[in-house]
Amino acid sequence: MVFGILKLINFAHGDVYMIGAFVGYYAARFFGLLHEPSISSFGIVLISSMFICAFLGFLIERIAYRPLRSAPRITSLITAIGISLFLEYCAQLIFGPDPKVFPQILNSVNLVQWGEVALNSYHVLIFSVSFILMVLLRFLVLKTKYGQAMRAVSEDVKVANLLGLPTNTIISLTFIMGAALAGAAGVLVGTVYPRIDPLMGIVPGIKAFSAAVIGGIGNFPGAVLGGLIMGLSEEMVAAYWSSSYRDAIAFAFLIIILLVKPSGFFGKYHPEKV
Amino acid sequence: MWTYLKRQQAYLILGVFLVVLSFIHTHISPYLRQLLILSGINIILANGLNLISGITGQLSLGHAGFMAIGAYASAYLSVFVTGPESFAFLLNILAGGCLAGFFGFILGLPTLRLKGDYLAIVTLGFSEMIRVILLNMDSVGGARGLPQIPHNTDLIWTAGAVGLSLIFIYRMMKSYIGRAFLAIRENELAAQSCGINITKYKVISFTSGAFLAGIAGALFAHQLSYINPSIFGFIKSFEILIMIVLGGLGSLSGATLAAIILTFLPEALRPLQQITQIDFRMIIYSSLLIVMMLTRPSGLLGKRELWDFKIFGAFRRS
Amino acid sequence: MRRNMTVATILTNVFVSLIFVFSLGCTKKQQQSSETSKKSSQQNLETNDTILIGAVLSLTGPEATFGISTKNAIELSFEQKNKEGGVLGKKLKLITLDNQSKPEESAIAITKLITQDNVVAVLGEVASSRSIAMAPIAQSNKIPMLSTASTNPKVTELGDFIFRTSFIDPFQGPVLARFVFENLKMKKVAIFKDVKNDYSIGLSQFFKEKFVELGGQIISEQSYSAGDMDFKAQLTAIRSAKPEFVYLPGYYTDVGLILRQARELGIKVPFGGGDGWDSPKLFEIGGKATEGGYFSNHYSPEAEDPFVQSFVKEYEAKYGTVPDALAALGYDSGIIMIEALKNSKSLAGTDIRDALAKTSKIKGVTGIITFNSQRNPIKSAVIIKIEDGKQKYVTTIDPS
Repeated sequence: MVFGILKLINFAHGDVYMIGAFVGYYAARFFGLLHEPSISSFGIVLISSMFICAFLGFLIERIAYRPLRSAPRITSLITAIGISLFLEYCAQLIFGPDPKVFPQILNSVNLVQWGEVALNSYHVLIFSVSFILMVLLRFLVLKTKYGQAMRAVSEDVKVANLLGLPTNTIISLTFIMGAALAGAAGVLVGTVYPRIDPLMGIVPGIKAFSAAVIGGIGNFPGAVLGGLIMGLSEEMVAAYWSSSYRDAIAFAFLIIILLVKPSGFFGKYHPEKV
Repeated sequence: MWTYLKRQQAYLILGVFLVVLSFIHTHISPYLRQLLILSGINIILANGLNLISGITGQLSLGHAGFMAIGAYASAYLSVFVTGPESFAFLLNILAGGCLAGFFGFILGLPTLRLKGDYLAIVTLGFSEMIRVILLNMDSVGGARGLPQIPHNTDLIWTAGAVGLSLIFIYRMMKSYIGRAFLAIRENELAAQSCGINITKYKVISFTSGAFLAGIAGALFAHQLSYINPSIFGFIKSFEILIMIVLGGLGSLSGATLAAIILTFLPEALRPLQQITQIDFRMIIYSSLLIVMMLTRPSGLLGKRELWDFKIFGAFRRS
Repeated sequence: MRRNMTVATILTNVFVSLIFVFSLGCTKKQQQSSETSKKSSQQNLETNDTILIGAVLSLTGPEATFGISTKNAIELSFEQKNKEGGVLGKKLKLITLDNQSKPEESAIAITKLITQDNVVAVLGEVASSRSIAMAPIAQSNKIPMLSTASTNPKVTELGDFIFRTSFIDPFQGPVLARFVFENLKMKKVAIFKDVKNDYSIGLSQFFKEKFVELGGQIISEQSYSAGDMDFKAQLTAIRSAKPEFVYLPGYYTDVGLILRQARELGIKVPFGGGDGWDSPKLFEIGGKATEGGYFSNHYSPEAEDPFVQSFVKEYEAKYGTVPDALAALGYDSGIIMIEALKNSKSLAGTDIRDALAKTSKIKGVTGIITFNSQRNPIKSAVIIKIEDGKQKYVTTIDPS
């Protein structure tokens, strides 16, 4: 999302997600929720992690991206990589490089057992939390005044500024929202896959970026579809073909898709004008 | 007359440089020698990518993939076909470079109509594909890597390769081709309307950049005597990209300077680590990177060259 | 524009001069230190001094957790020795350099240790890939190198100055293969390996060879990459092959998650692996899913042996965690090195090498260690079963 509006590859996004997971880990200890798995403790952890990540997102935007808004895009790309490295190594130093075990803040219960397919409470939880967040986001962007301003900034920063929109605040807010979502993702992933480590954000960061590009930059349904395609192609290849060539084949798909549709599935094609 | 003089001068400087190098080659500590060789390899890598991303303006995140091709092809030849003679080594380096260039050509042809981030993703995907394929190739060791590659690369080989590739890029930049590259970077549409065959020049730039990466990869393999696929992950591509952006996109001497600095920096920070017993080497490295980008967003030299500055004016003939 | 240019000029000048000074410093330091080391080695004979030992380990980067536990254990062994008065009246000093978990950085680091810091011997690395990058440099400088946990047989084949403390893959893989075939009487096995990890690839290869030789059947081979989160697709494929046993030679960082997901998918057969499983973290991550797993290891922390017990206790007291297999190997490497230094005629590389080669029957945490002519240890392996969240000793398999 941040990517669509600022046309900026945010490689640090994956690391914000990592920090989110760690905040969740420490929040659960801090509030003493280690042994009381329940919906409410999950909620507390989720919200505290989102809150702190939002603050982190604000800091990152303020310190590293705002001064570079008029600079060439590749410069901000490098800054993003720099921040990502910085967060990773700081996390290794502060949290320690060994993987941590994310506390069980929610019980795992098999809700429905249907032949070989089981529906776990975790799956329901992930699905419902992401669904709620998506709906909220869509509402924010499409229905509110703030969302309208966001879309305006996305179209053209200069014109939006001319029209009297507080572009800086809006971009800041966008960043904060993106970071909060990443924090939520960190907690969700930590709950389901209870192993978190300081370098867990690298691969998801790259994959999220790829998904956004496949779907068409700055397009919500596109990003969701892109994510689905990336994930499904990897899983399908691993399950039915060869798990050792999984990544290679997934990326080959990606290249073919981009060759056929050069601006992603739902990307708007902007004919160049002189 | 003017160009003739300049060329002669350039060769003269190179000659003196080589003599000095062969002299110090035996007189410096192995540690420093190793660092110099590594910075030489990084110079070639950075300038190869600079040709693609800095001068032609095509963002590529797959440079490590081409490096891997060059490294593996040449190492395979050295280990299983030829052996460690220097003449064979030269041929193997060239073979590594050519194979990488060839891959650059086939990747470049269909994909260069993509723009910006889309191209970046495709190149990133390509280099990851190369890595995964190498991981699964048992003939070159797979994940266990390829050991016992002859240790051929020394300071003189590296310096020679650096010198030749710098001259190659410099000549290219000053020729019609280089002007076409710049035109494409500045405005593709305008370049096209001036009659420049965009695809042709993009492919030329991509292929030459890949070729240089292949050469650097071959030197790297014969320096370390061991390679495995994880060395050539996307982090490596990012490192090279950082070099050219830090040096100033499109600046030959800038990329060179940044490659040297970034090779020496982590080593220069080692004493600090030993004193404090804490590993914040990489934290300093990354914060320096951020600070650099914030204070000088266009890199150390911007688009200019070292000899464009007043203090080096003495060397400039104009 | 003008101002920018001057700033740039100053900056570049500063950097160029920094590099210049740095490089001068390097050459100078080397001369100085080689002089001082000559002096100090002469002085060593009379006065109390320190012996410098180098270590190259992954203190940062993706495999930092392994490097740090190794470093802690080596330091522990040196500290204990120093408390007893050191070796031949000299204190041992460890210089650890980080390699960011990269082979090329390891090569630089070991060159620095040997030529700048003038260490008498080098300990490290954990991963075979990085040991292989370091070995030729140790060999050409005639400085002995003792790899703590590299299992690829290639490592010690690179020269007669290269030793190791751990098993090699061709020993450890077949150990579990024999156990599964003969003791558990299982014939159909699936292999699930980490395609990015040379250790995992090596183990699964030798496991497979031995198991097929014994008359067993490998019915499915799947792979993952270290750091993955979701393994359900591969596990589904394994489930549909209906194996009796799944061989999973990976590090505990991934194994815990894999076991958990396997149980969620309803795979009830036992899993097994190598010494990479040995860590208290495995139970924390995997929880109940680890129950019933088997793995081959160097030692069992439950062992009655007071030597093992005191190591576990002291390590825990100092660093706050139970030692994993890598820490045990690091500790033993320290002990072997200390023994060799004690028996060495002088502190010259060749003498220490000779003393290391004569290592025999040294009591370590990971067993009684004797080096064979290939500079690999001859020691027995134990099979451990996981029961009630604890490692339970099953049987010892001697080298044959």
